[in-house]
Amino acid sequence: MFEVCLATLLLSVIILLYRIYLGPTLYDRVIAVNSVGTLAVLIIGVVGFLSQRPDFLDIALLYALMNFIGTIAVLKFFRYKMVDAPPLKTNREDGDL
Amino acid sequence: MITLDLFINVVSWASVVLGSFLVLLGSIGFFRFPDFWSRLHAASVIDSGGMILIVLGMAFQAGFTLVIAKLALIAIFLIITGPTATHAIANAARVSGLTVDRDLNQSKADEKHSKTKKQ
Repeated sequence: MFEVCLATLLLSVIILLYRIYLGPTLYDRVIAVNSVGTLAVLIIGVVGFLSQRPDFLDIALLYALMNFIGTIAVLKFFRYKMVDAPPLKTNREDGDL
Repeated sequence: MITLDLFINVVSWASVVLGSFLVLLGSIGFFRFPDFWSRLHAASVIDSGGMILIVLGMAFQAGFTLVIAKLALIAIFLIITGPTATHAIANAARVSGLTVDRDLNQSKADEKHSKTKKQ
């Protein structure tokens, strides 16, 4: 039954990749990449259960950590045009993060 | 004992199948919805419903081992960070000036309404 789950997850990833290719704005692509990351965590876990090697769950946990940090880093880069050196004072006219 | 195993198997497969169905539903909705703000809702179905049900099914299959602790860690982390990332994306989109298209279907309805009024 995990085979059906794996096939469904891969089909969902393909649909989301097509939306990333089409996506009109940047934020559609960012949230689609976030969803693809969540699905990658699930796919790694399911593949670990299929091949009887539950050690894959460590890799899935690492992917879950990197997915969140990557999303926040991409958003921060497109907001401030830099990754390091956060702004010292928050500019209220800009809207608070 | 056999009935307990059968019960655990049935619950596990049911939750895995329902979770993968929700993931497929969320991705199809993400593909077909017309607006960024409505696509957010479809993406949250993937993050909450599908992920929780699939991890629950895998935990039922694993039994009481170290695997279930790792699965609980993954589930807790994804539950915390999923809505946070969604909030950050929505806030960044709103700050950057992405507006809501109010009249996707409303304009057609209004046109129809005004036409019927004129006639």
